[in-house]
Amino acid sequence: MKRAIYMDYSATTPVDPRVVEAMMPYWSDIFGNTSSAHAWGQAAATALERSRERVARILGCRPSEIVFTASGTEADNLALRGVAWAARQAGRGHHIVTTPIEHHAVEATVEQLHRLFGFEVTVVRVDGHGLVDPEEVRRAIRPDTVLVSVMTASNEVGTVQPIPEIAAVCREYGVPLHTDAVQAAGRMALNVEDLGVDLLALSAHKFYGPKGVGLLYIRRGLALVPAITGGGHEGGRRPGTVNVAGIVGMATALELAEAMREEEMARLTRLQDRLIEGILSAIPDVRLTGHPVRRLPHLASFAIRGVEGASVVIGLDLEGIAASSGAACAEGEARPSPVLEAMGLAPEWAVGALRLSLGRYNTEEDVEAVLEVLPRVVARLREGEDQSL
Amino acid sequence: MNAHAVIAMSGGVDSSVAAALLVEQGYQVTGVMLRLWAEPAAGCRDNLCCTPEAVERARDVAARLGIPFYEVDMREPFRRAVVETFVAEYVAARTPNPCIPCNREVRFGLLMQWALEHGADFLATGHYARVRRVGDRYQLLRGRDRTKDQSYVLHILTQEQLARVLFPLGDLTKREVRDMARARGLPVADQPESQDVCFLADGDYRRFVAEHAPEAVRPGPILDTAGRVLGEHKGLIHYTIGQRKGIGIAAPYPLYVLALDPQRNALIVGRAEELGQTECVVARMHYIAGEEPPGPFEATAQIRYRHKEAPVVATPLPGDRLRVRFAVPQRDITPGQYLVLYDGEVVLGGGVICAAWESMLSLL
Repeated sequence: MKRAIYMDYSATTPVDPRVVEAMMPYWSDIFGNTSSAHAWGQAAATALERSRERVARILGCRPSEIVFTASGTEADNLALRGVAWAARQAGRGHHIVTTPIEHHAVEATVEQLHRLFGFEVTVVRVDGHGLVDPEEVRRAIRPDTVLVSVMTASNEVGTVQPIPEIAAVCREYGVPLHTDAVQAAGRMALNVEDLGVDLLALSAHKFYGPKGVGLLYIRRGLALVPAITGGGHEGGRRPGTVNVAGIVGMATALELAEAMREEEMARLTRLQDRLIEGILSAIPDVRLTGHPVRRLPHLASFAIRGVEGASVVIGLDLEGIAASSGAACAEGEARPSPVLEAMGLAPEWAVGALRLSLGRYNTEEDVEAVLEVLPRVVARLREGEDQSL
Repeated sequence: MNAHAVIAMSGGVDSSVAAALLVEQGYQVTGVMLRLWAEPAAGCRDNLCCTPEAVERARDVAARLGIPFYEVDMREPFRRAVVETFVAEYVAARTPNPCIPCNREVRFGLLMQWALEHGADFLATGHYARVRRVGDRYQLLRGRDRTKDQSYVLHILTQEQLARVLFPLGDLTKREVRDMARARGLPVADQPESQDVCFLADGDYRRFVAEHAPEAVRPGPILDTAGRVLGEHKGLIHYTIGQRKGIGIAAPYPLYVLALDPQRNALIVGRAEELGQTECVVARMHYIAGEEPPGPFEATAQIRYRHKEAPVVATPLPGDRLRVRFAVPQRDITPGQYLVLYDGEVVLGGGVICAAWESMLSLL
């Protein structure tokens, strides 16, 4: 019997069966277009607005401050492009502050704003744990800064940023703060007032919801130009016929994750600790990446010297264990992760990135199995490096 | 526990059938596709043999066979071992065959190492060639289908590598392979069998070399065999041995390119009768058996991938070199190409053809 252990919950999660059930009526029964005036449309619109209220309750915001999108990436795009373009329209400046550890959804969008629209960009440093210093953000802000974007928690190394402190700095200068909270959702409390952010992006499939649904929280009063254009859905801020089933699924998943959060995260933290301690003691020349304490409770990330992360992932997969060498979106690239390089890791360490991200169906036995297999896989790869034909 | 074979897949019919045969023979099989460097071009065309469509086809075949499938990124080692060598060879007025360093360094070097690191016992490919074990030694033989035989590009294999390679198609003909693909519901569409170099955006190696090494396009003298200057050439990259068109000088009889002389940056031209040599020297000889023959020996030789083998007498020279004398003059013995020696079906080994002037030096 072949082993099958999924330990890549940061890449995506299985949909909770209760979520599937909640979505069921919205495929063929309550199928109306939320924009239609008739009873079918009204039923769909009701489901949509109920979902918006449920999500808003958990995020601690008004329902009208939520815009549903088709992904976390789209939510990030809308936030950055929307605010930058609105600022451009109003002639309010052209400078953006961000970090070197952002997800591609932010990094590539900022890069395009720079290249195609002439926005100037300051990338603040991070320390060896991938942590942003709020004072660095203060130094980066200029009179013409229109937006700061700092992710809530790193998808690659799990470091949790001091978002409330960074938000306080931004507020002093009247600059809106955007955060990509895709990895943090379901794993940390995400009250937008406590965080102090003005824009926050989520993706349902990271917390046992369906793929193809995301959302953006937009603080009331913040000017935003739609990043895609079309009809009047979502208050004109995100045109396109609304994915009612997906949104109902997202709201249900977020509620379930929130209800289970404290207990489940305590459980995952214990597994994570065992995983980290076991790997650090069983494999020579390996180090934990990211912050030792300020980290997501489910994500154990490592740099293994002298091997390629992509090779370790394949070695584990051949043994029936699913892991990742960093962001799933950059899988298979044999070059050091820019995030690890920004944290000052030397290339011979940074190529050997391994991310094990735990979730609802992982057990202690899974962790022990990984601790048995991984040292063997790494030893074989290192041996191979030393003696090639 | 069954033996574990890693199969290099391309999405084409050959490697797909090879993978299926390994599964049927009871191997534990893992499919891999190499990501190789390709010249950045307009649009997002990737390397010819690893386009996104080819990756999807290979992934689909692997899924049907129920085997794991991975893409392995070897863009940077490929660029260094194959692309840089390709440019350097043209700059030195030689005509390289990039498939040879690719097989030596990347496919049967790094990928073999990758396979062993991942617990494989064998690396398999869809090449048409055979391996035969004789006592404790291995022989490399031509594929049974002589029209598809690929032993020429495999002549660089060592005994250690031969002990760990599998060529499941070696005993099959292309027609049989196609029928097997059809019978198994595998994609039968061939990759276009292009003679182009896989990493070039447009197949134009002259443009590519000129961009990467402008010194290769310096004009220089056109000389006849007596050393008389007949005109000026546009850069040696634009000419190959045996070429008649495009030399650009008027003469009472047709002129052919006889040789490229990088020392003088000269193009040597002459009459058709002056083309053809009966002898050449081959450097960096690799013998499949792992040792150099003790003295002169008879064999047949192939001087290009698609060349009809010709009988020769070969004499080992010091420094891993070999003097090769042809029974019949060969019209375009091209420096930089590989000369591969056969004894009947058996590959003896091969090396790089030296330029005439290098050959002269080596005979002193």
